[in-house]
Amino acid sequence: MAEFVKQAAQLTALGPLTWLSEFCSEAQQQWLGATLPNRKVENWKYTNIRALEQGDYLNLATKAGDAAVSTESDCQKTVAICDIAGLDSVRMVFVNGELCERLSEGFDRLPAGVQLVNFAKTNSAQQDLIKRHLGSALDTTKHPFTALNASQLVDGVFLHVGKNTVCETPIQIVHLQATTDQAITIQQRLLVVLEPNSQATVVEHFPDSANVKAFTNGVTELLLAENAQLNHYRLNLEGDQTFHLGGVHARLAAGANLNSFYLALGSVLKRNDVVVYHAGSGAHCDINGLYLPRGNEQVDYHTCIEHAVPHCTSDESFRGIIADSAKAIFNGRIHIHRQAQKTLAQMSNKNLLTSNKAEIDTKPELEIYADDVQCAHGATIAQLDDTAMHYLRTRGVSAAEASVILSFGFINELVNDVKHEAIARYLRPFLAKSFVKDETLTRHIL
Amino acid sequence: MLSIKDLHASVEDKQILKGLNLEIKPGEVHAIMGPNGSGKSTTGHVLSGREGYNVDSGSIVFNGKDLLEMDTEERAREGLFLAFQYPVEIPGVSNMEFMKAAVDAVREHRGEEPLDSVSFMKKARERCKAVNLPIDFLKRGVNEGFSGGEKKRNEIMQMMLLEPKLCILDETDSGLDIDALQVVADGVNALRDSGRSFIVVTHYQRLLNYIEPDYVHVLSDGRIIKSGDKSLALELEEKGYGWLVTADEEGVA
Ligand SMILES: Nc1ncnc2c1ncn2[C@@H]1O[C@H](COP(=O)(O)OP(=O)(O)OP(=O)(O)O)[C@@H](O)[C@H]1O
Ligand SMILES: [Mg+2]
Repeated sequence: MAEFVKQAAQLTALGPLTWLSEFCSEAQQQWLGATLPNRKVENWKYTNIRALEQGDYLNLATKAGDAAVSTESDCQKTVAICDIAGLDSVRMVFVNGELCERLSEGFDRLPAGVQLVNFAKTNSAQQDLIKRHLGSALDTTKHPFTALNASQLVDGVFLHVGKNTVCETPIQIVHLQATTDQAITIQQRLLVVLEPNSQATVVEHFPDSANVKAFTNGVTELLLAENAQLNHYRLNLEGDQTFHLGGVHARLAAGANLNSFYLALGSVLKRNDVVVYHAGSGAHCDINGLYLPRGNEQVDYHTCIEHAVPHCTSDESFRGIIADSAKAIFNGRIHIHRQAQKTLAQMSNKNLLTSNKAEIDTKPELEIYADDVQCAHGATIAQLDDTAMHYLRTRGVSAAEASVILSFGFINELVNDVKHEAIARYLRPFLAKSFVKDETLTRHIL
Repeated sequence: MLSIKDLHASVEDKQILKGLNLEIKPGEVHAIMGPNGSGKSTTGHVLSGREGYNVDSGSIVFNGKDLLEMDTEERAREGLFLAFQYPVEIPGVSNMEFMKAAVDAVREHRGEEPLDSVSFMKKARERCKAVNLPIDFLKRGVNEGFSGGEKKRNEIMQMMLLEPKLCILDETDSGLDIDALQVVADGVNALRDSGRSFIVVTHYQRLLNYIEPDYVHVLSDGRIIKSGDKSLALELEEKGYGWLVTADEEGVA
C-alpha cells in the first residue's frame, strides 16, 4: 500500500484553498507517514481495501461541477436524480467533487443566522470559523483516510447555525458523479457547526447517478454545542462500481441531541466509520442504519460511541439484508469512560441472510470502565420467521410474496422511524428493489 | 364442505390427533370444546397446512378436493380461513398492505378483478368499523402492540374481508371483554349463510349463546369423544369433562 499512499498524495497540487494551506499540508505529512490499514489491523480485519490499490482510481475528473452538466437535458436528468419529493430542501449539488451552482438552489429560504457555503466561496469570517473547527472532532491517526481527505481538499461544505436559531428547512447536500473516461477519486468534506440551542436537518445524499467507477473519500464533522439538535442522514445509494470510504465524526456538548440515519446499498465496497463523542452531560444520540448488499457487494459500518461524561444516552440500531454472495460487516463499539456514570447505552444489530453464500461479520465491542451504567447490546443473524410466514400464507399470500413482505417489513421498521416522512417515502422503492428482482412481488409494499 | 376421516397427525413425532372424524355441511356451525392440550389448535394447524404438523394417516376433503394436496396459500384461496388462537405480530408490515395482498390473492384465484386501492380502502374501513377497531389500526403494523382482544378483532376483520367458505375460529372469544364478544359474534353472524360453515373452538358456553351452533363436539386426546346439539355445551358447563373422559376410557377398555 505504500505506493498507493505516495501516488494518492500527488493527486492534487497542495493548497487550492490557500487560507487552509497549513491544515492541508499538515494532513499531507500525516498521510505520507501513515501505514494504511491491512487485514492484520483489527478494525480492518474484514474489510479488503486492496481493490483500491488495484482499481486505478487515482485520477481527477476531467469535468466537474457546472462543466459536467452543461446541456439542458443533463440538467433535467440530474435534477430528477437529486429530487426527494416533498422534502422541500435547500440543495447543494456537487458533481465529481465540485459544486454545481446551476443545480444548487433555495438558499434564500434559509433563516437569518444560518450560513451555508462551500469552502471556495467563504469570506474571511467564515474561514476563521472553519479553521477553528475543521478536524477538531476527529482523530486522524485512527482514521488515516481522513488525512488523505484533508490533504487533497479542493472544496467542502460549511454549515453554521447560530445560537438559538432553528432552521426548519432541511439542507440537502447531493454528491453526484458524471460520466468520465476513467476511474476517479473524489474528496467529500462537510463541516456542520451548531451553536447552542440551534436546530437543523442535514441530508447527505449520494444517489446512483451515472454508474461511474469512483472512489469517494468522505469526511463529515458534526459539532453540536449545548442543547443543539441535529437530524442527520447519510444515504449511500451509489451504483455498484462505487468505492466509498466515509467517516462521520460527531461531538456532542451538554444536552445536545443527534438523530442519525444511515443507509447503504451495496457496491464494490462502502465503508462508513461513525464516531459519536458524548462530551457534555445529558447529550443523546440515536443512530439507526440499514445496509442491503447483494451480488458480490460489500458494505461495512464501523460505529463507535464514546461516552466520556456522566448522564448521557445512546440508542443504536442497525439492520441488514444480505443476499447472494454479498458480505456485510457491522462493528459496534461502545466505550464508556471511567467518569461516565449513569450512562444508558443500547445497541442492536439484526441481520437477515437470504442466501447461504451471504456473509455477515457482526461484532459488538464493549469497553466499560464505569460501574453505574446500563449497557444493553445484541446481535442476531436470522432467517425469516416461520410463524409469520405461515400466517401470511394462511391469508392466501404466496410464499414468494410473503417472503418479500417480511423482508421488507424487517427493514421498514427502521424506515418508519425516520424523522422525515418524505425521506422514508423516497427510500422505500430503492430498498425494495435492492433485494427483489420480480416487481410483481413488491406491488403491495410500495 | 369438509370431511375429515380417521385423521392421525403428529408434531415432532408426538402423536396428537388419533383418529379424528368430522363432517361439516355448508351453512353449519360446529363448536369444538375439550380440555387443554386435547388437540383443538392442532386440528386448525393441520387444516391450514402448517409446516411441522404431519398427517400420518386419514383424509381431509374440502369442497370435493383433497385438502392435503394443497399448499397453505392454496387452501386459503379455496376458502379456508383460520382465526389464530395467538395471532402473529409482524412489525414493519402495515395491516393495510397485508390485507390488500391477501384480498388480491384470493380474488385473483377466484377469477375476479383486483380491487382498486380506493374501493379496497373503503371496504377495509367499513370492516374495521364493524369490529370496532379505530381506523388507524389499518396503518399500524400487523398486530403490532395490539392488545389480546384487539388481535382477535383483527382476525375477524380479516375474515370479513376475505369472505371465506369455511371459517375456523380458534378461541376467538378468549380474552375478549363483553362488548368485544358481542362485536365478534355479530361479525360471525353477519357472515352466516347457507354456503358458509364455521368451526368454533371455545372453552366457554357463553359464546355459544351469541353464535348458536348446530353441533357441539368434545375433543379429548386427539379424538371426538362426544357430539351433540347446543345443549351439550350447557351440560359440559355444569359437569366439566371428567365424566366424559372416564366414560370414553371405559368404553375403549
Ligand atoms: N410444536 C409442538 N411441539 C410439541 N408438542 C406440541 C407442539 N404443538 C402442540 N403440541 C402438543 O400437542 C398437544 C395439543 O396441543 P393443542 O395446542 O392442539 O391443544 P388445544 O386443544 O388447542 O389446547 P388449548 O385448549 O390449551 O388451546 C399439547 O399437548 C401440546 O403440548
Ligand atoms: Mg388451542
